[in-house]
Amino acid sequence: MATATTTPLETETAKAAKKKEPKPSFSERWMNKQGWTRRFPLLPALVFTIILTQIPFVATLIISFMNWQANYPNEIAFGTLNNYVTVFTDPALRSSVFFTIVLTVTVVIVSLALGLGISLLLNRSFFGRGIVRTFMIAPFLIVPVAAALLWKHAIYNPVYGLLNGILTILGGQNAPQPDWITDFPRLAIEAQLIWYWTPFMTLILLAGLQSRPGDVLEAASVDGANPWQTFRWITMPHMRRYLELGGLLGSIYVVQTFDTVFVMTAGSLGTANLPFTVYETLYSAQDYGLASAQGVVVVIFSIAIATFLLRTVSTLFEEETR
Amino acid sequence: MTTALAPEPSKLAEKRKKSSERGRGLGSRRGNVIAGIAAWAIGILFVFPVFFMVLTSLHSEPNASTNPPSFFAPLTLQGYQEFFGASSGASPWPPLINSATASIISTILVILLAIPAAYALSVKPIKKWTDAMFFFLSTKMLPAVAGLLPLYIFAKYLGLLDNINYLLILYTAMNLPIAVWMMRSFLADIPVELFEAAAVDGAGLIRTLRSIIVPIISPGIAATALICFIFAWNELLLANTLTSVIAGTAPVFLTSFVTSQGLFLAKVCAAATVVSLPVIIAGFAAQDKLVQGLSLGAVK
Repeated sequence: MATATTTPLETETAKAAKKKEPKPSFSERWMNKQGWTRRFPLLPALVFTIILTQIPFVATLIISFMNWQANYPNEIAFGTLNNYVTVFTDPALRSSVFFTIVLTVTVVIVSLALGLGISLLLNRSFFGRGIVRTFMIAPFLIVPVAAALLWKHAIYNPVYGLLNGILTILGGQNAPQPDWITDFPRLAIEAQLIWYWTPFMTLILLAGLQSRPGDVLEAASVDGANPWQTFRWITMPHMRRYLELGGLLGSIYVVQTFDTVFVMTAGSLGTANLPFTVYETLYSAQDYGLASAQGVVVVIFSIAIATFLLRTVSTLFEEETR
Repeated sequence: MTTALAPEPSKLAEKRKKSSERGRGLGSRRGNVIAGIAAWAIGILFVFPVFFMVLTSLHSEPNASTNPPSFFAPLTLQGYQEFFGASSGASPWPPLINSATASIISTILVILLAIPAAYALSVKPIKKWTDAMFFFLSTKMLPAVAGLLPLYIFAKYLGLLDNINYLLILYTAMNLPIAVWMMRSFLADIPVELFEAAAVDGAGLIRTLRSIIVPIISPGIAATALICFIFAWNELLLANTLTSVIAGTAPVFLTSFVTSQGLFLAKVCAAATVVSLPVIIAGFAAQDKLVQGLSLGAVK
């Protein structure tokens, strides 16, 4: 993967900026004279974003070093590492860190693999291709809370759920009737999220497949490359970047999963992930200091993923602005 | 390179034809049939829960909760009547209106802020425009829980809890980076000559925006708006933390169905269908640009 290349982001973006240059005289003329006229349209959006995203995060960082529980207002104090000690020693929290990683990796890898297979199918010509494409998008257009409710009640329910209904159809009255969420809580959540995220991966990868240069494919075909060779030596190298993009964007979104956990299990049975845990610490336990420390840990996770994502996006970006 | 290996012309033409078909995504005939069957099977598998949701919402409660499922039970609107409070009296309209308010107004604000910003990042770019772009992108990667607590405390002490205006401001901030990235990718496609001509004619920023940029990129604006609308409509974490009775949104209202309440599957499915309907409409309206929006404009 891209880990070996240590090119810092700055140089890549700088390169991208340099490549933008060949539309010269006009932009140069304006650059010097009217710097502020240029900057002004950006300012509202920039200031707005800084106020609403950066300042709260700094506040989170500060509060994470405070002893601040809403129920003990007289014991508020600054300058403690206790919250971080708790985050890394409390077994329940360790479990939520662990499950967050398992959940993200499982959902992203499985839905990427499914998405690649499905997009390769959708890229061929067959009867009703548009309809199938629409079918594939549908899961992604269900409001996440509604999708989680649907799976919890209509699909996983042990008494009247669709899964056990199908088991009854297939196996008669003696068919096994598992209580899916209680028996396989983590798997139940993962399956629902894979259903929800596979369409997203399929769309990105399909766009990637369709952007393969036609002349290269033609040349390969004329040279007598078989489908496997074309896939291995032309499609895969071209798709690598789209796979990375899908994987990283997917990770960013899946790490932040809250709705599904909240609806399906309310964090019980070992399914509390970090966002849900932060919510609970804040809302039920009212321990502001601890909730902040947990939030900071989530951010550190995200930054790790984001570093890779930024690199991938900037490569695509560079190509586009060339 | 290819000519050296080329067979006789007629064969080559035949191969060309075949390969150009492949270039458009066509493989061999038989392969396509097999792929088609597989694609249909997978497509039906993925859409089936959605189909089952709509079907169940149209069944009576006793027919909705059978094992095995009664696919061919008579259709009725009882589930929808129940959802709209026929017997419980709890109307879903206030949350639906709250969701519409928060999603629509935040989307308008996002577009109003994003167009000038995208202008300053592409048409007449500021010096460090790529840095600004990546700053916006990086805020999208800051998880919501990172700022949740200060936003909650701030609201608590200023009496902004359960206030739809506070929520819609936060949704604006949540969607702004996506919109800036998308709008920039649309603006970058406009030929520079148009702006030069406008500048020669003495058009100022506002006039350039109004009479050149907005008309050209209005399909792009529509797509961006639809995607921001979807994200705002779907949001649960902030809404659930910061609102309750008065300003609760539709997803918050849906959480009242988390615990089972006797025979209520048709009602749940009706609720899920109604709440998802705006997203389904917006999603299909934006279908062509959906990927571009979801990938923050990186994939076209």
